[in-house]
Amino acid sequence: MFTMGIDIGSSSSKVVILEDGVKIIAGEVIQIGTGSTGPKRVLDEALSKAGLKLQDMAKIIATGYGRSSVEEAHKQISEISCQAKGVFFLVPSVKLIIDIGGQDVKAIKLDSKGGVKQFFMNDKCAAGTGRFLDVMSRVLEVNLDEMAEYDARATEPATVSSTCTVFAESEVISQLSNGVAKENIIAGVHQSVASKACGLAYRCGVEEDIVMCGGVAKDLGVVRAISKELKKPVIVAPNPQITAALGAAIFAFEEVMAAVIFAFEEVRGANK
Amino acid sequence: MTDTTTMSAKELLGFYQEELYEEARQAKIEGKLVCWSASVAPSEFCVAMDVAMIYPETHAAGIGARKGALDVLEVADEKGYNVDTCSYARVNLGYMELLKQEALTGITPEKLEKSPAARIPLPDFVITCNNICNTLLKWYENLAVELNIPCIIIDVPFNHTMPIPQYAKDYIAEQFKEAITQLEEICGKKFDYDKFLKVQEQTQRSVAQWNRIASLSSHKPSPLNGFDLFNYMALIVCARSKDYAEITFKKFADELEENLNKGIFAFKGNEQKRVTWEGIAVWPHLGHTFKGLKNLGNIMTGSAYPGLWNLTYTPGDMSSMAESYTRIYINTCLDNKVKVLSDVISGGKCDGVIYHQNRSCKLMSFLNVETADMLQKENHLPYVSFDGDQTDPRNFSPAQFDTRIQALDEMMKQNKEGVSNE
Repeated sequence: MFTMGIDIGSSSSKVVILEDGVKIIAGEVIQIGTGSTGPKRVLDEALSKAGLKLQDMAKIIATGYGRSSVEEAHKQISEISCQAKGVFFLVPSVKLIIDIGGQDVKAIKLDSKGGVKQFFMNDKCAAGTGRFLDVMSRVLEVNLDEMAEYDARATEPATVSSTCTVFAESEVISQLSNGVAKENIIAGVHQSVASKACGLAYRCGVEEDIVMCGGVAKDLGVVRAISKELKKPVIVAPNPQITAALGAAIFAFEEVMAAVIFAFEEVRGANK
Repeated sequence: MTDTTTMSAKELLGFYQEELYEEARQAKIEGKLVCWSASVAPSEFCVAMDVAMIYPETHAAGIGARKGALDVLEVADEKGYNVDTCSYARVNLGYMELLKQEALTGITPEKLEKSPAARIPLPDFVITCNNICNTLLKWYENLAVELNIPCIIIDVPFNHTMPIPQYAKDYIAEQFKEAITQLEEICGKKFDYDKFLKVQEQTQRSVAQWNRIASLSSHKPSPLNGFDLFNYMALIVCARSKDYAEITFKKFADELEENLNKGIFAFKGNEQKRVTWEGIAVWPHLGHTFKGLKNLGNIMTGSAYPGLWNLTYTPGDMSSMAESYTRIYINTCLDNKVKVLSDVISGGKCDGVIYHQNRSCKLMSFLNVETADMLQKENHLPYVSFDGDQTDPRNFSPAQFDTRIQALDEMMKQNKEGVSNE
């Protein structure tokens, strides 16, 4: 049996196809999100990779910022519950998730069964999000995937505001014009992101294992900065961008199974 | 004269709201005094002196709900009011500016002409009270300076400890006496203490009916949709010292009780979970916030906000009246705030709590983090907070709200199903 999870974020689209609730047979990402061609393209890519059709899916659940615009989905579940479900599946020892996506920063505390115990998200502000890193990457003329390497070479991280993307951008510009090395500025940018995420993590209560997911988890400079701030190791979820889509696919599988069991009980009850 | 006896509660609400504005407009035409008043400033004194009353907070909420806030907020912006200032204040100060321009030039500014708000007359004096925030002091002082009119201030100290000490009540009772003296001067006549007693008694009858409505949300399923309290609140603010509020609230409570007896509930058969809403409504997005919860089967059965007007006291006893106007939960220490909210949550038999991090109302929002933490330790209920604003639509993001309440819904479901063992 195949189930599908679709996670449409603000800046990327992700699809996971799961076989029998345990085997990931496709996990695709396209780096454009809701309102774009991304959702359709990523859906086609995942089906093509799995060699399946949409009709082969027993259930499809959508999550993420653009979840309500996914026509193919049978149901929507918030990305908070889906992240918890997906990450717990991959790392069952997880207690705290730090998820940084395009426009959201979340800290999610889990109970021992992987349920959401508490979560906190950024307020109406882009500081500390993937967008924040996008802006910095443009100003610094350093690709996002190179930022971790620059960070590793930093000797004296600069101070970059964590309260506002616009202020932080102008700070970075003035540091560049003052000749501060890009390596040190990037380390400062990563610390700024970390301080925003860790503020939310502290509110949840920091408890190991700590797992990071979301697109920003691919920037190891941010992971290092968070680990340093929390003074604890941080595990990066395997393929960290697809964890919410994975969670949605698991939810879809569980719901199909629950319906099957319910129907079975009904039949058994009727035959008694 | 309109026959109100056959009206439904909803019709009465609309009728009396318009009646109050019409009375104020008529008073202005007849040369009688009009006062603009803070929402929880004592209304009894002015009503006893036959002054027509306008409540800028309610008026601003109405402008927000009718999607007219941005135009007047821009006027306030142009006057130099910072966007961090309370949006009720900015909406009202912007609206006042338009009224003032009209009065000075005889030409109605386009934004005033187009405003969906009820037209109100400029005040002859203002009355304010800092029992719900200190912004109200500077806001009303600015109104008074801009319009060159008197400003009556009733100073109510913050209650850092509970119970409220007698000296605080004595101080506030003295403030009341001073307000009466100022009012006598402004009105040019002696204060009518006999009428004042009758107005106090009327206020108590209105409050009793208001509390009767609020108590109905304790039934499970609830006949009362808590968002209705946000709408009916207009009359507990603007007409509690008149029989308008009593008549409307009694009718509404009767209707709800009748529904309860017939097994008719606010969400029909779809009440799945019950939430407490802490904070002021997001007026420009009232429909979105209500429908978002309703679509998930979540009914609001708890809110401490309508309780601000639980102004129960003994008529004729100034100290008792002083206590009722100072014990408002946001005028008290954190421990008491938590206790009040805890009672609201348990009274409404709620499964979760939503905290409105209101950019406008610092006093209601800044303590939310600590309040939420303390309450969760006590009741173990899930909660979420969202960024918003009572009347500035720019400070609210519908998608962010939706994600948070959906996640809350999933957490409440998880708790109810006993999935979590912690």
